[in-house]
Amino acid sequence: MKLLTPDLSSYPSLGAALRTANSKWANHLALIEADRDRENHRLTYSEFNSMALKLADSLQSSGFKPGQRGAILMSNQSKWLVSAYAIFYCGGILVPLDFKLTPSEHYSLLKHAKSKVLITEYPLWMGLNRSIEHEELTRMTVVVTEAPDGEDLKGAHHWKRYLKDKLTQPPQFQPRNREDIACIVYSSGTGGNPKGCLLTHDNYLKQCQSLMSWYPFWPGMRYLSILPTNHAIDFMVGFIGPFICGATVVHLRTLRPEYLRTAFPQYKIAYVSVVPMILNALETNLKIKFSKLSTFQHWILKRLIDVNRLLTSNKPRPALSRKLLPKIHEAFGGHLRAFITGGAFANPATLQFFYNLGIPVVNGYGLTESGTAVTVNDLKPFRSDTVGKPLPGVTIDILEPDQTGIGQIAVKSQTIMKGYLNEPQLTAQTIKNGTLLTGDLGWIDSSGHLHLVGRLKNMIVTSGGKNIYPEDIEANFNDIDVKEFCIFSVNYVWKRHSLKQENLMIVLRLESNVSFTPLLLKEIRNRNFRLSDFRRVSSYLLWQQDFPRTASLKIKRDLLAESIAKDCDPELLTNL
Amino acid sequence: MSTIEETLKQLLELTSKKFHISVDQLNPEDDFFEKLDINSLQVLELLTQLETHFQIELPDYELQGIKDFGTLAERIHSRLS
Repeated sequence: MKLLTPDLSSYPSLGAALRTANSKWANHLALIEADRDRENHRLTYSEFNSMALKLADSLQSSGFKPGQRGAILMSNQSKWLVSAYAIFYCGGILVPLDFKLTPSEHYSLLKHAKSKVLITEYPLWMGLNRSIEHEELTRMTVVVTEAPDGEDLKGAHHWKRYLKDKLTQPPQFQPRNREDIACIVYSSGTGGNPKGCLLTHDNYLKQCQSLMSWYPFWPGMRYLSILPTNHAIDFMVGFIGPFICGATVVHLRTLRPEYLRTAFPQYKIAYVSVVPMILNALETNLKIKFSKLSTFQHWILKRLIDVNRLLTSNKPRPALSRKLLPKIHEAFGGHLRAFITGGAFANPATLQFFYNLGIPVVNGYGLTESGTAVTVNDLKPFRSDTVGKPLPGVTIDILEPDQTGIGQIAVKSQTIMKGYLNEPQLTAQTIKNGTLLTGDLGWIDSSGHLHLVGRLKNMIVTSGGKNIYPEDIEANFNDIDVKEFCIFSVNYVWKRHSLKQENLMIVLRLESNVSFTPLLLKEIRNRNFRLSDFRRVSSYLLWQQDFPRTASLKIKRDLLAESIAKDCDPELLTNL
Repeated sequence: MSTIEETLKQLLELTSKKFHISVDQLNPEDDFFEKLDINSLQVLELLTQLETHFQIELPDYELQGIKDFGTLAERIHSRLS
């Protein structure tokens, strides 16, 4: 089947493109939602549209107006997509929030975004209510799903009762233009300095067009959504892309491996996006299974994998791989075309492991600031050692390359955000003459593939795909009994061309004549444990000089980092 | 019907057995990610074992943000009662 890239040039907005899709694919299956081995529901595009319009109608009745902001704070489920479309239908700006953050972090982002609407799940809503002053929360229109009947929702609306049974007429569709903001996506900064990326309808439509030109979806294709939908990758390939192409998105309300495994064959999954941590877990499980084979079976398997690797060296041949290694492919349902990954460092050996089995991992590179992805592996041929080639419409330059060709990655693309919300200075530092300065280090090889090798910025990306800025977690250590302290990414201080094992460290300057006591260590550890597991500091360093500071007494981080790198060895770090 | 203390005791015993750590080293206020040095996938495995033991269902989305044994025991107990 020859798959055509959808032409999105005529659509003025995401809302308009989705509206057309709902009508074009009306009788096709849009969504399947399952909870463990029970199926909650299936929605055709027509049924999806009908549910979203009921929500849009109620939102408009609550006073939600075009240009206002509506936040979604939900785990992966069909109502996430219904709510997003309803917000777009009303001409609103979508604020997708990470449900894995803490209630106070959720509140800080809701406040920063000045959200007028919040659509959330009952446990998350109750968590917010336990942590935040009630009056602050009820300034928004809040709609809560999964709430038990009869429960006091503290001023929020129950989803079931908020949506009318039947609409006498559809609500007014509120048109938006390409340059209008579609989403405010928080890339980081849940501490003192939230960074809300303003992404336009044009950004998303151009991103969708270019991604679908390489990896088209098609009616009937099934995508399994397990990455949080607030994540840029799942938002694009688990919502916008499949919907525009008439494909089906499958949501599981659980990530338990036993149910994930059965979902692949049950729903004939073709694509799934995962973070590197899940790929690693899958690889480990498969290797354990392989190790339990008899010597002879193991020998046969190894030969078949070698044959598959040879025959797929130029391009993937899914049908052939399924014949050569049927049991492995059956374990993934027999329809899986590829895993999609990005956002964090993926080990090339793991990518190669899956490719050798005939399951490509589509690896890419992108930042929230640049939409979903700027480079993607085109599998022509598969390269486990790179993050792929620039997508159509994307130009990548390497700024001030050293003698090995490594320099800062700069991106020119119509998918680059308009700027950061309320941060003109930061925007000007990040986007210069239409070019996004990524702060990441890389080089481009002779075949045009980008290699990512390190970071210029003081940040890390966890294997779960989270950006962590050390500055954001310093507040957690305020008032510890030291003269001053500062948190750095270890790789920012001691530059090394690697993205493996990125960690944070705390640099401590003690008061004069004071020694480092077990009590202080205990206090630092206690503070550290209060942080989400992926945001914790892994080591400390005792520093013997006063920190360099600006006239306004801010720490000159770059100078301090340089001094530490010059005078100390990373081996002086002590684990926390 | 068991008490919350009994639920917590069973939770700690199961955790101790699964992760080969002495039960004396586990406290209700411990962050299980930190104490057991496990990731979110391993926590899901633990939850599955707890469900089998207590014969209850603990939906993933209801457990967001829970990091300590005490709160987890409360959630399990609320399902038992």
